[in-house]
Amino acid sequence: MSYVRLLNVTKKFGDVTAVNSLNLEIGKGECFSMLGPSGCGKTTTLRMVAGFEDLSDGEIYVGDRLISSPKRNYYLPPEKRNFGMVFQAFAVWPHLSVYENVAFPLRIRKLPASEIEKRTKDALRATNLLKAAEDSPADLSGGGKQRVALARALAINPDVMLLDEPLSSLDPHLREEMRFEIKDLQRKYGFSIIYVTHDQSEAMALSDRILVMKSGVVQQIDTPLNVYNRPANKFVFSFIGLSNFLDIVWEDGRAFVRGESAALPESLTPPEDMHGKGGLSLASRPSEIDFVSDSDEGGLRGIVSRKAFLGEIIDYQVKIGGQEIRVQKGRRAPGPELGEACWLRLLRPFWYAGEQ
Amino acid sequence: MEIIRVEGVAKSYGKHQVHKDLTLSIKRGECFTLLGPSGCGKTVLLRLIAGFETPDTGKIFIDNTVVTDPAGGIDISPDRRGLGIVFQDYAVWPHMTVFDNVGYPLKIAKRPKNELRDRVMETIEMVGMGGLERRLPSELSGGQQQRVALARALVANPSVMILDEPLSNLDANLREEMRFEIKELQRKLNITVLYVTHDQEIALAISDRLAIMDEEGRIRQTGNPWEIFERSADPFVFNFMGIANFVPVRRDGEAYLVGNGEQLIPWEPPKGDAPEWVAGFRPSDVQIAQQGTGLRGTVKRANFLGAVMDYLIEVDGAHLRTSIETHEAISKGLMFKEGETCVINFRDLLWFNAESLKEVVKQ
Amino acid sequence: MSSITQKSRFGVAQVILFLSVAILVIVVAVPVLLILFNAFWVNGEFNIKDVYKIISEPQTYQALINSLIIACVTTIGSTIVGTFFAWLVTRTDLPYKGFMKAMFLVPFMLPSFIGALAWKMLLSPNAGFINKFFIDNFGFDGPIFNIYSYLGISLVEVMYLFPFVFIQVCGALERMDPTLEESARISGAGLFTITRKITIPLVLPSILSGSLLIMLYSMAHFGTVAVLGIENGIFNIPTLIYERIHQSGGSFDAIRTGTVLATVLIITAAFIIWLQGKVLGKGHYQIIGGKSFRPMELKLRALRVPLLIFCLVYIAFTIVLPTAVIFLVGGLKTYGLPFTWENLSLSNYKYILFEYNVTKDAIWNSVTLGLSAAVITMFAGVMISYVIVKMKVRGKRILEFLGMLPFSVPGSVIALGVILAWSGQFGINLYNTVWIILVAYIARYMAFSLKANSAALEQVHDSLVEASRACGATMWQSLKDIVLPLVRPGMLAAFFLIFLPSLRELTVSIMLYSPTTRTIGVAIYTLNEDGETVVSAALAGIALIIIIVGQMLINRFTRKVGV
Repeated sequence: MSYVRLLNVTKKFGDVTAVNSLNLEIGKGECFSMLGPSGCGKTTTLRMVAGFEDLSDGEIYVGDRLISSPKRNYYLPPEKRNFGMVFQAFAVWPHLSVYENVAFPLRIRKLPASEIEKRTKDALRATNLLKAAEDSPADLSGGGKQRVALARALAINPDVMLLDEPLSSLDPHLREEMRFEIKDLQRKYGFSIIYVTHDQSEAMALSDRILVMKSGVVQQIDTPLNVYNRPANKFVFSFIGLSNFLDIVWEDGRAFVRGESAALPESLTPPEDMHGKGGLSLASRPSEIDFVSDSDEGGLRGIVSRKAFLGEIIDYQVKIGGQEIRVQKGRRAPGPELGEACWLRLLRPFWYAGEQ
Repeated sequence: MEIIRVEGVAKSYGKHQVHKDLTLSIKRGECFTLLGPSGCGKTVLLRLIAGFETPDTGKIFIDNTVVTDPAGGIDISPDRRGLGIVFQDYAVWPHMTVFDNVGYPLKIAKRPKNELRDRVMETIEMVGMGGLERRLPSELSGGQQQRVALARALVANPSVMILDEPLSNLDANLREEMRFEIKELQRKLNITVLYVTHDQEIALAISDRLAIMDEEGRIRQTGNPWEIFERSADPFVFNFMGIANFVPVRRDGEAYLVGNGEQLIPWEPPKGDAPEWVAGFRPSDVQIAQQGTGLRGTVKRANFLGAVMDYLIEVDGAHLRTSIETHEAISKGLMFKEGETCVINFRDLLWFNAESLKEVVKQ
Repeated sequence: MSSITQKSRFGVAQVILFLSVAILVIVVAVPVLLILFNAFWVNGEFNIKDVYKIISEPQTYQALINSLIIACVTTIGSTIVGTFFAWLVTRTDLPYKGFMKAMFLVPFMLPSFIGALAWKMLLSPNAGFINKFFIDNFGFDGPIFNIYSYLGISLVEVMYLFPFVFIQVCGALERMDPTLEESARISGAGLFTITRKITIPLVLPSILSGSLLIMLYSMAHFGTVAVLGIENGIFNIPTLIYERIHQSGGSFDAIRTGTVLATVLIITAAFIIWLQGKVLGKGHYQIIGGKSFRPMELKLRALRVPLLIFCLVYIAFTIVLPTAVIFLVGGLKTYGLPFTWENLSLSNYKYILFEYNVTKDAIWNSVTLGLSAAVITMFAGVMISYVIVKMKVRGKRILEFLGMLPFSVPGSVIALGVILAWSGQFGINLYNTVWIILVAYIARYMAFSLKANSAALEQVHDSLVEASRACGATMWQSLKDIVLPLVRPGMLAAFFLIFLPSLRELTVSIMLYSPTTRTIGVAIYTLNEDGETVVSAALAGIALIIIIVGQMLINRFTRKVGV
């Protein structure tokens, strides 16, 4: 049962199409992330849902209520949409106390004073801010300010929370902690989350489903595990985690790593439908490659051009026919030395054709 | 063959004593990293070696010559120490072209024009900035400015090159690329490098030797990357070099029990008879299984991070982290959910005394 | 921030420090101290009774009250006008916003006393053009507005002072993080509530800061009250000081009265500066935004055209009209003639530029004084700024304080102090010479030079100099090759920041001039006083042209240099 629906949502700025015919359905209580490089259109989409940008085309529904449709000349302004929103720079008002910040949306709705007090205190309690209620937000750390923003969004008990890169200005330790807090709050209150981020590990850790976006176009919508295990295309593959790409060329019906004289081994035969195709790419993850002996039939031959001890992992750069591939092994795993020849087995190769 | 020697150096700023009695030596031709948290005093030490500050007491030698000795009235000014320095903010002069920036040391040394030109162009090529010598710094990216700073530090063939966190302002990809380039340059030119940073990953990747400094300006351990990482001298060093697990272990007669429970730690006992110990190990030192022999624990948190599954496990009140590559977890049936029980074994373990853990504040 | 420390015990650093302190003490501290001293010590005795007597004299007492009244009305008026226009220009969909913004900044450039002259010609009760127009053509009995009034003076001041608030509020509104308002919107608040509860409180420090500046300026201003208040005997502190000293030819009593009044000004100014510091310190929030989303814009709809017309009329009435009057009157052969083509010519302008000694000398004096003051202050400023920003020496706080002092000390006070210091007290008598004006200008404008040079020096990070040291350059070589080229834009900015204002300056030179050492401002004023209205207007017109052309040149120059 979907709660927020985007139908063919499009946004143009002049000649530039920032969001291209986006279709999306988010369920009640679902944590949904929009992931992509900066400028891909994810923040624009979020702002359209919030109402800070109007649509060029398409429609947005919350429940069965239409909130925006240019065609029908309907636009519900942000102050009437009843969402909770957390911004990247926190947007916490420095001239109001923490308590007043959180109570603000309740006062706007002219709720009775006792109700305001109860709800504000509940929100403060849920975000561990009761003690700081009379403080000025300027005295709080980044994490504290973020909690104020969360509490303020929670106070109205929204059905949908919009979060725009809320953790990117916090330092790494804090980011993890706040991630758990957000997830706990969602579990407790049961709202849906639409989360925008460029940090793929954050999206993977938090979400029930992820949307990967590039230049305004949806690349894949799926669970984190599926996005990782079955990336729809080269872009998604490269965006999630570390990746290697080997250019593959065809010669006399056989596939070669470009620059290599020996053809690819049997086990690395490209799929049927990619035979003869140009722009063929063999993708692999650095952590999913084993060093094997030269007698291993499935091995790709290369020379170690760099070996770096990085603590938990050892990072290798291996030259194969003029291209370079990266391999990461745990610090205990045996491996070749700098300058040595080695044979690689790709444990989970992916094939992509005809893309840049 | 020491090229830099620091002996008994002390330095205070007002009431704040940064260094008490620091001694350090760097060998000729090595890539030496001074590693420590922000504010620990590593930049101060760098400035003392460069001559921008004078220590209260102690001596500093560069290439067997005394350059600093406050007691003996010796303090050679920075412009006569023959060092090449790359600053954290690059310090590339905005009103001079790339060529003029790089050539400045030679201009000051009054080298003849042709010689200067050849050497400058050679150095500019070496750092990969060929063709850009007429540009102004405002027309360059951060990474390119970094290379200009590098070239300027190298052009006069210094005996030692000092780099002060040169990569911290670059984005992650560029940082990785540049750190390997710096290492390549160092190897090719065979110069001594003193690298100052708070990033342990860089330190591990490029150093021949490194020294860890704590917040009080004391050096805790000096050694090669493997030694520092695998055989850390104390919990501070162990924790600084990477994600660390610390599990309290108490002695009960001959038995060593984990946390507040009754399970024996499956590892050789430590040497000594203290009643309390701390076991230190890395996430990759943990072997997790569904069943079998070993410590019994519960998975408190399970995080899918893409390439790895990250677990937080509780064993008798102690918490530890481990991660497994996702594909391995799937294929070996090690995809745990929160609340599931598991069995823990260790691949490696270091013993630390319980007192020394106290200073490793939980962040 | 660590600075470059000197190794030698008695080196260049010490010399520079000594020089800096000496300059500031002699030029700035001594005059101010002398005023305070002179006000409270008579014949070697601390005397407060006299002070009280002087203050409670009806005329002085009235002047104090007037200063306060005019300053308050001006401040309130300017704040309302400035804030309103700032909001219009930054937060609505008013058309031609860029043009409006530029026009609203024009009064900044123009000397308000010239504006006062123009308004005198327009609205003096009997002869003012507007009043006459209504009396002659619509049968009014008397003037529709008498400019020689508290209201008249305040209105003219508002016209020229509101840009202080306008600029501050524009800046604050433009740089404010838009998500601060967006988060209020998503919390359910409409535009009106947001403006009331979020925008205004956040912008309040900027508004107050601008208002306090206006208050300070208005209390210390000579020109407008001098031109418009004399008729009805409305004096403020600067004009009373001038009147007393001028009438008595510099008598001891007059100076005494002057110093007492000046002390009141100093205390008021100090109080206002302190208040401003508090307002900015406490309420100054980090509200500057990062991302480039535009702030909310109000759609004016039906009000769009009326407000546009209102703005255009305002600009026409307060900026175009007085300026036009000045040029037109300057072109009249004789004052009182109707404005027909026969009666207008360029002869006045030719006269003042090429024939009339008074005006020729005045222009020459102002230009040379301006140039000298600008050059001297520029170099002194760079040196002193270097000490303050870059050197790690004890006591540089004092330097900072001394340098910024003149900012808050009104022009009349500086002039008076300079008279006390340089009229033979310490062996040097510069009174009635052009040198005393130069000394006063240096004191007055030192703060501007320090500000511009400090800003430029702060951009020259220590690491830039340390890098050159590491490359083998000595301290001197580093200063020459690295610091100086980078500070040059700041020095040039300082130069222009001082040269142009000094050309149109009146408050200081009116106290220090002698028949042969008039400045442009003094010449315009005194010519007007003597009834030479058209000549005065013509000179005013020339002054306006010089100022506007000069400002445009600076703008082009600073934009190119990227200051």
